[in-house]
Formats: sequence, C-alpha cells, structure tokens
Amino acid sequence: MSQSINTTSNQKKPILQRLKRNYIGWLFILLSIIGISLFYFYPMIQAFLLSLQSGMGANLDYVGFDNYVRLFNDPTFITALTNTVLYLLIQVPVMIVLALIFSVLLNDPTLKFKGFFRTAIFLPAVTSLVAYAVIFKYLFGNNGLVNDFLINLNLISSPIAWLSDPFWAKVTIIIAITWRWTGYNMIFYLSALQNVDRSMYEAARIDGASAFQQFFFITIPLLKPIILFTSIVSTIGTLQLFDEVMNITSGGPGNSTMTISMYIYNLSFEYTPDFGYAATVSYVILILVVILSFIQFKVAGDKE
Amino acid sequence: MKKIKRVFTYIFLSIASLVSIFPFLWMLISMTNKSVDVTAGRLLPGGHLIENINKLIEQTQIGIALWNSFIIAIITTILTLLIGSLAGYGFEIYRSKGKDMIFSILILSMMIPFAAIMIPLYRLFGRISADAPFIGLDTLAAAFLPTIITAFFIFFFRQNTKMFARELVEAGRIDGLSEWGIFFRIYMPTMKTTYAAASIIAFMNSWNNYLWPLVVLQSPEKQTIPLLISNLGAGYTPDYGVIMTAIVVATLPTALVFFLMQRYFVAGMMGSVKG
Repeated sequence: MSQSINTTSNQKKPILQRLKRNYIGWLFILLSIIGISLFYFYPMIQAFLLSLQSGMGANLDYVGFDNYVRLFNDPTFITALTNTVLYLLIQVPVMIVLALIFSVLLNDPTLKFKGFFRTAIFLPAVTSLVAYAVIFKYLFGNNGLVNDFLINLNLISSPIAWLSDPFWAKVTIIIAITWRWTGYNMIFYLSALQNVDRSMYEAARIDGASAFQQFFFITIPLLKPIILFTSIVSTIGTLQLFDEVMNITSGGPGNSTMTISMYIYNLSFEYTPDFGYAATVSYVILILVVILSFIQFKVAGDKE
Repeated sequence: MKKIKRVFTYIFLSIASLVSIFPFLWMLISMTNKSVDVTAGRLLPGGHLIENINKLIEQTQIGIALWNSFIIAIITTILTLLIGSLAGYGFEIYRSKGKDMIFSILILSMMIPFAAIMIPLYRLFGRISADAPFIGLDTLAAAFLPTIITAFFIFFFRQNTKMFARELVEAGRIDGLSEWGIFFRIYMPTMKTTYAAASIIAFMNSWNNYLWPLVVLQSPEKQTIPLLISNLGAGYTPDYGVIMTAIVVATLPTALVFFLMQRYFVAGMMGSVKG
C-alpha cells in the first residue's frame, strides 16, 4: 500500500513541475505577445476600421467602402502605385542579378584582393538611408559630379536633368537603391556559395559546361532558397520605399517619383489630414505584400 | 583566353568598388571644403574642416540630435535584446503546441509594412498623450516604443537558441537555479555572440530610422540625426560643406560598428535566414 502511494507521488511531481515550467514559459513570451498585439495587430485592425471612414482630422464618419472606390478614380494614387510597381519590377531583378554576379566572381578562390572588393561593395549597406539619399541628391544635381563626369567622358553633350525630368528622376531613384542594397544581398549569396561543394563545378567543367551553364544550372538552383528569401525581403522593402524618394526628389517632379508610402505620409501629414483615406491606401500595400510574397513562393515552387 | 577573362573580372570588380566607395570619399573630401567648392565639384581636400565643424555646432542642433539618437538607439538596443531573447528562449525551451501556434501568429507580423500601421500608431500615441504625456507624441519614448518588440528578433533568438545546449538548462535545474536564473546566469553569458550580432542590427536600425521619428517627433529639440540631415538637405540655402560634415557624423557610428565588429555583423545577417 505504502509502495503504491510512493509511486503515485513520484509520478505526480514531474507533472506538476512540467505544468509549472509550462507556465513560466508563457511568462517568458508574455511581453512579446502584448507588444506585437499592441503595436502590430491592433493597429492593423484599427487601420481597417479607419479605411471605412472619411473626414478631415478627427471628424470621421463611417462611409463603407467609399474610400476603396475612390482609389480607382484617384490619379495620384494610380501614379504612386504605378511608380512603386515599376521600381519593384526593374530594381529588384537588376539588383539580384548584379549581386549574384559579384558573389560568383568573388567566390573564386584564386582571385586576389577579394577582401577589399567584398568590403568595398558591401560598404554602402552601412549608411543611413537619409544620409546617402542626400548625397545622391547632390551627386545627381544638374551641375553635380555625375553630369560633370559623363560630359568629361564625352558620353553626353549637355547635362541630364536627373532630378527634374520625370523619366530620369525615376532612373536616379533606381540607381540609388541599387547602390545601397546590392552589396547587402551579395553577402547572403556569398555565404551560401561558400557552403557549395567545389567538386560539383569541377565535374561540370570536365563535362564541358561553360561558365554561363555552370551559373544557370548549378549556382542558381543551389541558391534558390536564399534568392527567394532576398527577393521577398527586397519586395517588401521596395513596396515601402520612402526615405530615398522623400530626400532625393520629394516625390517630384510633379508626382513622377511618388511612392505609395510617400502618398500615405502626404495624405496624413502634408495635406489636410485624411486618415481614413490614408489607411485605405495603406491597406493596398499590405495586400500587395501578401500577394507578391505568395506569388514568389509559388514561382520558386517551395511548399514550406 | 583565361587571362583575358581574369583581366575583365578585375576591371569589373574595380569599377564596382570605385562606384561603391566614391560617395564615401566625396563626403569625406567635401567636409573639408567650402560650400561653393562642393557645388563646383572640387575633388581635392580643402582647409575648411574646422570651420565646417564649428558652423555645424553653432548653426544646427547637432549636439541635441546626436544625444537624442544615442539615447533612443541605446535604450532600443537593450530592450529589444532583452525582450526578444526572453521570447526566443521561451518559445524554444518551453516548447508546447499552444506556444508554437502563437509563434506562427507573431511571425506573421513581419509581413505587415510599417506604412500600413503608421497612422493608427500615430493616433494611438495621440490618445496616450492626454493621460501619459511622458510617452505621448513628441517624446523620445514614443519614438522607440513601437520599435522594441519585433517578430524579427524573436525569430532570430529562437533560431540561435536551437544551438544552445539543453543540458545546460538541466544542469542549472540540478544546481537549484530558478528558471529565470538559468536564463540570466547561464543562457545570456553563453550566447554572447548572438547578443553581439543582434545588438548591431538593433542599433543600426534605430540609428537610421527615419519615417516613424519623422511622424512622431515634432519639436526641433526632439529631432534625431536622420531628421536633422533631412532638414538640412531640404533647406533653401544649403551649406554643402556643413551638410557633408553632418552626414559624416551620422555615418561614423555605424561605419565604426561595421569595421570593428565585421564578424558579428555578417553573423547577424545570416542569423536572420538560417532555419
């Protein structure tokens, strides 16, 4: 009898202890649950409720889905959306290809000055977005160094209006973002490449595969997961593009470089505040992020 | 043929390096030049460095902005690391079905673009202002509060906790340490590298943050370094030499962190992918 009591109490203790530890475990994560609910999920719901309201400043009335209808008739919104998608479609692929090329070249064990090249190309990633944006604004000014340089090389005869021409202003923004983020992405590819078995390339060379074939049939497939990761991160980043546009062109000339984030900012803090409509525009970014991430996962064929 | 390819590789990488470094060189050169020389495209160092620094101190609020940025960045880094590592450790060590589900939900917040929640956050802090002015709009606390708890760091610490030896937890329990004691006295000292990597990311993010401080900090004596530079850059009669000096001041801390802690820097970037 006493034997059986002993065994039950011995079994009971670990259960109690497990329950107690499980409870303490919840305490460890409690602050994060509160924080993320308060600063992410709650605002997300609030933004949705706001998007159903309209009015100036604090005087808001529920108007149903009127704001969403308004989006389709708002030329500024359509410009901002087109610009943002344009940046995305051109800048992200260009940057990823460039980063891939750099990483493949730098992964060559016989290359000299590798450390220097790697550090130099990565360096832009340590600058603050505002700081480099202001520098680019001056470099690409009408009398800026970029024009001086191109004229001296006789590549152009008169200065390009980098910041005041609608087309070139977009080009400037794309060049700027590419300068800032290519090295950053390169580092991801470089570390992934370092884990690749060199003998694979040896075998491919013996089979007569050219450098291009090696790149497309070995490097790209092996780096697929990391390329997926970087393209999702870059997509989310580009959809939120704000700091550069604000500080290089302020969205101009006209609205020709305006992005969705900048339009949200203007609707809320530059024009007469219309928080309801601004929240509607902000939901567009969220929907785009979700859709594009989903497509990228599908294209990459990754089921995880 | 192989040699020609080699030469092209070196030329290509040299041009890429030059393009990458040039803006840095130019900003260092320009901080020693007068405004007119900067606009004239002078590429040689001048003798106006001291003058530019003096003007920066006298004509702008660089001192206050530096102080604000440092305070915000340091508090942000400490709190981000503490809260993020507590959660990462909690999710991994006290794993349960319920917690795994919560974890997946929290991770979803990484998909939420900041622009999408900026306005409700602004209104939230507006409402807080009435009851608790010390954390309301236009306070440094408002500038860092929404940034200290992020799914990214929870994920980051959880991934790294997977490499933390569970036997150490058991050993701590046998030695009679409390569950909190194990975290603070065993986990934290063991995971120094992870904390170093995380602190770099958290510090840089905070130091360079622009949009939220722009929204929430209104008065000049509350502005941070990115706000100051943005304002200087948008001025009607900019003094380019002074602006370049300010940009160097803004870039120096993050560049130093990078050069001194390059190893942790890359470890931090990679820590965000693996798993």
